[in-house]
Amino acid sequence: MTTPVLTTADVSLASELRGRRLPRWAPAAVAAASLAVAGVLLGIGVIDGLVAFAVISALGFALGQSVYSFVVEGRRHAVDRLMTTAIYAAFVFALAPLVAILTTVLVRGLQVVNAEFFGSTMRNVSPIRPGGGIEHALVGTIEQVLAATLIAVPVGVLVAVYLVEYGTGRLSRAVSFFVDVMTGVPSIVAGLFIYTGLVLTFGMQRSGFAASLALLILMLPVVVRTTEEMLKLVPNDLREASYALGIPKWVTILKIVIPTALSGIITGVMLAVARVAGETAPLLLTTFLTQSMNWNLFNGPQASLPTFVWDQISSGTPASVDRAWGGALVLILFVAVLYIAARLLARAYAPKTR
Amino acid sequence: MTLRDPMPHDPLSAPERFLRPARIPEGELDSIVAPDTVPAEFHEPLGIEGQAVRRGDRVFAAISKGAGIFILVLTGAIGLFLAWKAIPALQSNSVNFFTTTEWLPDSTPPVFGIAALAFGTVMTSIIAMGLAFPIGTGIALFIAFYSNRRLSSALAFVVDLLAAVPSIIFGLWGLQFLMPRLEGPISWLSHWFGWIPLFSNPQNIYTRSILIAGIVLAIMILPTISAVSREVFLQVPQGHREAALALGATKWEVVRTAVLPFSKPGMISAAMLGLGRALGETIAVALILSAVFEINWNITAPGGNTFAANIALKWNEAGSNGLSALIASGLVLFVITLAVNMVARLIVARRREFSGANS
Repeated sequence: MTTPVLTTADVSLASELRGRRLPRWAPAAVAAASLAVAGVLLGIGVIDGLVAFAVISALGFALGQSVYSFVVEGRRHAVDRLMTTAIYAAFVFALAPLVAILTTVLVRGLQVVNAEFFGSTMRNVSPIRPGGGIEHALVGTIEQVLAATLIAVPVGVLVAVYLVEYGTGRLSRAVSFFVDVMTGVPSIVAGLFIYTGLVLTFGMQRSGFAASLALLILMLPVVVRTTEEMLKLVPNDLREASYALGIPKWVTILKIVIPTALSGIITGVMLAVARVAGETAPLLLTTFLTQSMNWNLFNGPQASLPTFVWDQISSGTPASVDRAWGGALVLILFVAVLYIAARLLARAYAPKTR
Repeated sequence: MTLRDPMPHDPLSAPERFLRPARIPEGELDSIVAPDTVPAEFHEPLGIEGQAVRRGDRVFAAISKGAGIFILVLTGAIGLFLAWKAIPALQSNSVNFFTTTEWLPDSTPPVFGIAALAFGTVMTSIIAMGLAFPIGTGIALFIAFYSNRRLSSALAFVVDLLAAVPSIIFGLWGLQFLMPRLEGPISWLSHWFGWIPLFSNPQNIYTRSILIAGIVLAIMILPTISAVSREVFLQVPQGHREAALALGATKWEVVRTAVLPFSKPGMISAAMLGLGRALGETIAVALILSAVFEINWNITAPGGNTFAANIALKWNEAGSNGLSALIASGLVLFVITLAVNMVARLIVARRREFSGANS
């Protein structure tokens, strides 16, 4: 029986050092109390609705816990608990709209999305009648985004190669800076630029390809930036080993550096595609809307998913708003699949830096 | 980090290098052959021929440099083309472009100005910033310091997913889902705080207002602000935080005394990047606001208009002077967002690691 026994003096010293704290059950108790109060308010009709109930409960919890903590633990811990609650609340605030958007799009969209929706155009479909589909818009979006990607990837990768492998001095810093600045160019300005630069100045017609060029301007900085990050992760040992074998620098870049970073570059490209696939504003400026199929990217009006949704909302009839939700569901799936695939790819094939 | 200057491709110098012993034992320093005593024939190229820089290298370097210059030219060309095509309308305008609220560029004489657009743009962006900055910072703090480590990467992914939702979907959702549900709370706000001129609402109509547009914008820029802030917070040296903890700071005091001061520049640029996005957002705002060309301080009442939304709405009905006038307003928007982004980037540029382009 040599176990040390805590004396009363030790206990009081320990508690003096730690200060008085709320009991472990206190937050749960305060939460229960605030829920109860909000429930009573709901019951007697002072407030109504689930959202108001949640807000009142949360405010009650924050207030109740802070006051309780202030009395027992003092000001510093009360502030700490209040801020912790606020930070958790901020997170819920962010999740709520995301969940609301996804569920609304899913519920409303599934009402109209079926095989016919994918397989037919809006040709000869009256705005006030249900029916019709997005085939023409799907074709337009895929063609426009593909064309933008085919141009943006080589140019973007070359810019990134310049920044990482060749760039020194002021030019490289300027390029890097303006790539960053271009990520903030509003999408409608990209559309305006293509319109003024190509349609007004060179007489090019508004077409799907004009839309591709506008999307290109939005994609380019994203591709450059992600590729640059990936190229920087390629270990220098690989480059030096290649130089030591007498391989020219440009072959080293094409055969060693870029293949090593390839999965990361593909990820970046997919994120860029996901970002521009939903852009509406530049397409409204650079293409004409149509209800019919147009396979030709370079000539005539061409529909796309975002402008389809815009058109259906603008019609404003119940049937067309339903179609707008259907288009929104397809669009969000298109983007989400790309986005999630890109992230999974990035995780699976992250460059082995060492 | 990067390999700026790789091994020189200079075959002429190679034989000389081979002559020097790799490692010289201590006592033998005196016996090393001085370079000028090396027999002359060793200075010959020894059969290794070729140019110092190969042609393929020159071409490839030039192409990639050209691509870099293309970015600069592109940014400049955007401004130049917009300015060039805006000139006809600006010359024909019969009133002051900056102080007029009306927008009738195709009438004779043309009457148009950006005062109402500028007001709507700034007002919606201020509301969006006021809501999104504290919440976005809170999310970033939560992910960086409050959630557990395994959860935090999943949460970051979810918040980034919000950034991937296209703006047309925010617009549709804001119009069909959020607006009817906000009518109650906003009328409550207007009822109890109507004595503040900002919230007064004489018509008792609570839809299509600047406030709702601002709220939707706030949701849209949340991921930008939280992603950039999060990266900034993760840069805070662990030592700073542990020092604060060792002094007995509570978690919030660690954040207030160690994290926030260190992250201030990054947070400012996060806010400005979000602001840039809010200023230029088009479709969601165009769907929600009822385009009205007047300066209406009652932000809970229908009305308001922004640069970007006005361009999208007026584009297809504009005549040639109308297009030119819209381009002029687009130029103003471009200059404003460019300035905001450049300031943000200059602040961030001091610490290159976080760029926000990956968000």
